[in-house]
Amino acid sequence: MTALLHWLPLLGVLVVVVGFALRFNPVPVVVLAGIVSGLAAGKSIGDILALIGNSFVSERALLLFVLTLPAIGVLERAGLREHARNWISALRGMTLSRLLIAYLGLRQILSMLGLTNVAGQAQTVRPLLAPMAEAAAEQRGKPLDERERNDVRAFSAATDNIGLFFGEDVFIALGAVLLIQGFYSQHGIELEPLQIALWALPTAIAAFVIHAIRTVLFARRMAGRSGTTVPALRSGDGENSERC
Amino acid sequence: MLKIEHAYWLIALFLAGAAWLNLRERRWSHAGFWLVLAVLVGGGKYVLDATAAHHPLPAQLAGAGVIALAVLSPRMKRGQLVERDASEREADARRLGHRLFGPAVLIPLVTLLVALFGAYAVIGGVRLFDPVRMTLTGLALACVIALIAALWVTRAKPSAGLAEGRRLLDTLGWAALLPLTLAALGGVFAATGVGAAVSDLVRMMIPVNSALACVVAYGLGMVLFTVIMGNAFAAFPVLTAGVGLPLLIHLHGANPAILGALGMLTGYCGTLFTPMAANFNIVPVALLELPNQNDVIRAQWKTGAVLLVVNLALMYCLIFRF
Repeated sequence: MTALLHWLPLLGVLVVVVGFALRFNPVPVVVLAGIVSGLAAGKSIGDILALIGNSFVSERALLLFVLTLPAIGVLERAGLREHARNWISALRGMTLSRLLIAYLGLRQILSMLGLTNVAGQAQTVRPLLAPMAEAAAEQRGKPLDERERNDVRAFSAATDNIGLFFGEDVFIALGAVLLIQGFYSQHGIELEPLQIALWALPTAIAAFVIHAIRTVLFARRMAGRSGTTVPALRSGDGENSERC
Repeated sequence: MLKIEHAYWLIALFLAGAAWLNLRERRWSHAGFWLVLAVLVGGGKYVLDATAAHHPLPAQLAGAGVIALAVLSPRMKRGQLVERDASEREADARRLGHRLFGPAVLIPLVTLLVALFGAYAVIGGVRLFDPVRMTLTGLALACVIALIAALWVTRAKPSAGLAEGRRLLDTLGWAALLPLTLAALGGVFAATGVGAAVSDLVRMMIPVNSALACVVAYGLGMVLFTVIMGNAFAAFPVLTAGVGLPLLIHLHGANPAILGALGMLTGYCGTLFTPMAANFNIVPVALLELPNQNDVIRAQWKTGAVLLVVNLALMYCLIFRF
C-alpha cells in the first residue's frame, strides 16, 4: 500500500504525456496534471490550490518579455520588419549562413557574460533576426514560398535557443552554475563556481560547431531550392539535399 | 529606487489595458483572460507575503485564478486582428530607414548598460536600481525607453503603444502563459514527490556496478526528466540526488564539478526536444506565426541529439579521470 502511494504522483506525469500526445490545449493539461499529482499525493484541495497559486506567482518574471511588445508593435506598424529585410537584401556579402552563425556566436558570448536577457525570441528574433534571415535566404534565388519562409523562421528561433542554452552555463555569477554549487553544498561537497563553469566550455564549443555545420547545410538547402530558374551558385549545391 | 516589483506593476497595467481593448470589442474570453492574469501578476507580492505570514487564502485564490485561466485558454482563438496595410508599412520603412532600428536596439542596449553599470548608479546616496534581479529591471526600463523612442521616431500616437502591443499579445494568446503554468507545475511536482519516484525508477532499471550504465542512465534520465518538466533546473537536483551522488560520485568516484556541469548541459539538450519548454519552443511558434506547434523543435532537435551524444562521451571520458 505504501509502495503504491510512492508511485501514485507519477499519474501527473502521465496526464502531461497523454495531453501533449493528443494535442489538447497545453494550459489546461498542465493545470490538470498539477491537480492530479496533488490529489495522488494525498493533499487537500485547499493545499493544492495554494501550492499552484504560490508556484505560479513566484515565477511571474517569466512574463517580463511581454513588456517588449508595445515598442516592437509600434515599430512593426512603421515597417521595422520590412526595413530589416530590405537592408539585408542590399548587403551583398550577407548570406543566410553567415548571418545565423554570427548571431549564434554573439548570443553564446553574451550569455557567457551573463547577458541572457539582452536578446531573445521577443526582443530580437521576431523583429530583427527572422526578417533578416528571410531576406538573406532570398538574396540568392527566387522568393521563399510559405513553407520555406516558415523553415527559415523556425531555424532562426532554434539558433537563438542554442546560443542561449550553451553559453549560459559558462557564466559563473547566476543561474545554472550557482544551482549546481548550491546543490553540492547542501550535500556536503564544496566547489568553486569557476571549477564548474570551466567544464561547460567543451560543450559550448561543441554546440557552436555542430549548429554552425547544420546552419551551413540548411543554408545550402535553401540556396539550392527546387527552382530551376536559379543558376547553380557553387559546385555541389545541387547534390547536397541534406534535410535539416 | 527601481525594483523588479515596478516591472510587475507595469506588466499588470499593460495586461489590463489589453483586457480593456478586448472588452470594448466584446471578445469576452480574451478580456477575462488578460484581466485575471493582470491581477495575478500585480498581486503576486501580496500573495507571497501572505503565504510567508501563514495566510493561505490569497494563495488559494491565486490558484483558483490559475484554474480560471486554464478554463479560458481553449476559448482563445487566434482571431484576425487588423494589421496596418503592407504597402503603407513598406512606404514608412523606406521613409524612416535605419531610424527604425534605433528604438529596437535600445532594448538590448539599455538592458546591457543596466546589467553592467546599474550597480554604480547612485543618486543622493540612494541606489537607482535594486540589486535583486537588476538585469530584469533593466529590461523593463529598456522597454519603456524603447517605446518612447519608437513613438517619437514614428510620430505615432501614444495610444498606438497599447493598441500594437495588444495586437502582438493577442497573437501570442495562451502561449504567453504556458511558461508560467509549467513553472507552477514544477513546483507542484517537487512538492508531491514526483522527482523521488522518477529517480527510483531509473535506479531499478540499471546494473549499478557498470560505470558506463550509470553515466548513460544519469544523462538520459536528465534528458527524460527535462523533457517532462520542460526545465533542466528542475531535473538536476532530482537526478543528481537520485543517481549522480550515490552511484557516480560515491560508488564510482566521479568528479562532482565535471559531473554537475555536464549533467546540466545534458539536460539542456532535452530542453531542445520538448514542448514543455514553452518559453523557448512554443512562444516563438506563436511570435513567428508558424503553422505547427512543433516547428521550432523540428528545426533544433538534430543539434540537440548530436550534442547529447557528444556530452555523454565527454562525461564518460572526463569524470573518472580528473
